[in-house]
Amino acid sequence: MSTDVTARTPAPAPPGKSGSATGGSLLQLMLNGLRRNMRQYGMLIALGLIVVLFEIWTGGDLLLPRNVSNLVLQNSYILILAIGMMLVIIAGHIDLSVGSLTAFVGAFAAVLTVQHGMAWPLALVLCLLVGAVAGSVQGFLIAYLGIPSFIVTLAGMLLFRGLTEILLKGQTLGPFPNGLQKIGNGFLPEAGPNTNYHNLTLLLGLVLIAAVVWQETQDRRRQREFALDVPPAKLFVLKLVALVAAILVLTLLLASYKGAPIVLIILGVLVVGYGYVMRNAVFGRHIYAIGGNLPAAKLSGVKDKRVTFQVFLNMGVLAALAGLVVAARLNAASPKAGVNFELEAIASSFIGGASMSGGVGTVLGAIIGGLVLGVLNNGMNLLSVGTDWQQVIKGLALLVAVGFDVWNKRKSGS
Amino acid sequence: MAGPVLEMRSIVKTFPGVKALSDVNLTVRQGEVHAICGENGAGKSTLMKVLSGVHPHGTYEGEILFDSEVCRFKDIRASEHHGIVIIHQELALVPFLSIAENIFLGNEHATRGFINWNDTLKHATELLRRVGLDEHPETRVADIGVGKQQLVEIAKALSKSVRLLILDEPTAALNDEDSGKLLDLILELKNQGITSIIISHKLNEIRKVADSVTILRDGRTIETLDVKAPETTEERIIAGMVGRDLDHRFPERTPHKPEEGAAPALEIRNWTVFHPIDQQRKVVDDVSIQVRRGEIVGIAGLMGAGRTELAMNLFGRTYGRYAQGTVLKDGKEIRTRTVAEAVGHGIAYVTEDRKHYGLNLIDTINRNISLTALKKVSRRGVVDEHEERQVAEGYRTSMNIKAPTVFEPVGKLSGGNQQKVVLSKWIFAGPEVLILDEPTRGIDVGAKYEIYTVIDRLAAQGKAVVFISSELPELLGMCDRIYTMAAGRLTGEVPRAEATQEVLMRHMTKDKEVTR
Repeated sequence: MSTDVTARTPAPAPPGKSGSATGGSLLQLMLNGLRRNMRQYGMLIALGLIVVLFEIWTGGDLLLPRNVSNLVLQNSYILILAIGMMLVIIAGHIDLSVGSLTAFVGAFAAVLTVQHGMAWPLALVLCLLVGAVAGSVQGFLIAYLGIPSFIVTLAGMLLFRGLTEILLKGQTLGPFPNGLQKIGNGFLPEAGPNTNYHNLTLLLGLVLIAAVVWQETQDRRRQREFALDVPPAKLFVLKLVALVAAILVLTLLLASYKGAPIVLIILGVLVVGYGYVMRNAVFGRHIYAIGGNLPAAKLSGVKDKRVTFQVFLNMGVLAALAGLVVAARLNAASPKAGVNFELEAIASSFIGGASMSGGVGTVLGAIIGGLVLGVLNNGMNLLSVGTDWQQVIKGLALLVAVGFDVWNKRKSGS
Repeated sequence: MAGPVLEMRSIVKTFPGVKALSDVNLTVRQGEVHAICGENGAGKSTLMKVLSGVHPHGTYEGEILFDSEVCRFKDIRASEHHGIVIIHQELALVPFLSIAENIFLGNEHATRGFINWNDTLKHATELLRRVGLDEHPETRVADIGVGKQQLVEIAKALSKSVRLLILDEPTAALNDEDSGKLLDLILELKNQGITSIIISHKLNEIRKVADSVTILRDGRTIETLDVKAPETTEERIIAGMVGRDLDHRFPERTPHKPEEGAAPALEIRNWTVFHPIDQQRKVVDDVSIQVRRGEIVGIAGLMGAGRTELAMNLFGRTYGRYAQGTVLKDGKEIRTRTVAEAVGHGIAYVTEDRKHYGLNLIDTINRNISLTALKKVSRRGVVDEHEERQVAEGYRTSMNIKAPTVFEPVGKLSGGNQQKVVLSKWIFAGPEVLILDEPTRGIDVGAKYEIYTVIDRLAAQGKAVVFISSELPELLGMCDRIYTMAAGRLTGEVPRAEATQEVLMRHMTKDKEVTR
């Protein structure tokens, strides 16, 4: 529009201080933070509510140490897939092939170790390589040839399912060598004196707490170094206390049963690693950029094709890892393994705040989404709800979560 | 002379923060071809959107009288019901449906929900004959050229028993032959009693088909002229289009004195680009320009002149198909085949369309600013968030970006502040040559002044600035030298001392001859 307009100078915005310990009660500050990150915290609160509800309905069974341990083991592979899927969805794509790919990798592992007696560490590396190859082929077709990801991975879904059956000749193949089984259902080994708790797990929890506290204080110091406003000390302490308490509770729960499952440790490393990459690495930024506005990202010099390719390569590797975990947990490779996993991973991502049009979402969100589904699953199992109704309720959960998000966004007018 | 068929009285239309139309009056007589012309952004398209119900009654002030009857259109269907049909610049055809299906889309010849194909084809054939299009009605629209598609649009309008046909820059995308045919058709329809409004800035076209012309400027009606009258010359129309009082304020600027001997910071030689789909059409034709350090060089031109196309093809081939041309930086030939290459050579292109090509609207200010130059705030592939925030805070202050924090999504900012974010982003990339494409489009006067100041500062720092704009006053106020383009060709180069709006407009409306 051209000129001759009564100049409208926007009112000066309030100065950008979230900081300096003055002004506003602690509660006020917390509420502000909550409102700004409705998407993030909304699902966390929902997860908390679901846990509390099922804890009450199951008469305290949900949070028994044995059941928490179970919950982790049962959902680990979906969570691993959800991390990769979140990246794919943020980039503005979808991957339907991961369920079949997990089955295929499981079958491949069984053929290597059970039929050919290969040493399991070597088999593990080969399996991850197979995942990488599968992911890069699909990534190449999507990124460089421009075939829509829905089509490529739908084909992949059929293809890998078929290859799994060919590889297994329709049979179930097992059992796996001991070392491989541990990935799926092993725990940290026992060590030290008998304390009624699992010592190594306690130690791990303490190390984690120390690391978190150190990291957060370092971060705060660096923020000061750059002369930036820091959140008030009270809020900072509160955040630390909450984090430490959460880790402590989980540690004690796990340590009073068999200790930390190995797959939980793998998962923890993945969450922290990918969370960091998505937040702080150039690669992560570029994923958000191409998903948020592809033409703008291209004009900013982002190598969109390469990034897309790498996202699918990564998804392939994570699918392979999930395949190993599933196979190890069942202690057998089955042609019917991994059915509907892709849908669970996709649902986790959307419950956790991803957007159909891309550009939005966090790794932590995917985990929260996955846990919402996992707790629903587990809780309903404890209550002996049939799988028929479980499906209905999970479907509704997805609708409600995304519906709330859409409603909330419309309300805030963005 | 016949009486008026359409009267629009004191139309006022406001968009948030911008008054697009202030007091526009338009009277169109029965059976005439009425041209509307004015600079880009003068309010032509907005006025037609008000008339056709795209902007429904209630969102504007003033009244519309059609056939002496007050009309309050609530949507396009309501205006079409009265026989007012608008054909937009971007054609609204479904490419994979047939011509016949497109003509009757939304208006199907059907009984109880099932399409009567015989009826449809018969009527389509008749309509195609009326518009002189020799194609089978079952041909897919995607398989015919743009010129013929334009005719299908008109056939579609005729199928709605049109009484007033509005064409928004109908020949902008057509070659000479198709343009000629289209203009003949408009005259033919006039003989059949159909009144037309044609928006155009091609003066020779207006002289060919129009009976009268209304000139808009800055959202106001300036005058209505009788095209057939001897005193209505092209110069007369141009004077009406540009003759505004220069109440714009620009930063005081000492004109650049070119250094003797030094090679230009950027020199483009014989650049030619073809349209990405229409392989025959040259959108940029043999253009050569140069810009020196500390200099602000304008490129003036009307819509479709090829300015953006030139800039985007140069900047990593992001538009069109490159045919030929070389680019030199400081006298040395460089390659700019990808955006990364162009950025690597210190070139920045700030897009005219910040929402689609400039910003990730759902992401925050700090992340948008750092995107092109993430390397500057990261080590070994890891972004230092605090350093990034500090950089963004710096720009928030120096560019006066009005936002509570740098963590605000840019989609929530006003146009002017979004533009400041885009500029910050490219300034942070540290370029030596900045190509600014319509940097003040759609922003209010106050923010414009701030942007001008920034541009001035960049030039003073020794950057070379290419300033593409459709607003002549800002080019005159800011530039040391102005190139003009029309229909993909360079049509003039005017130094600051000789530049006036009239001179530029004459070069910009030149259709064929090339003066170098």
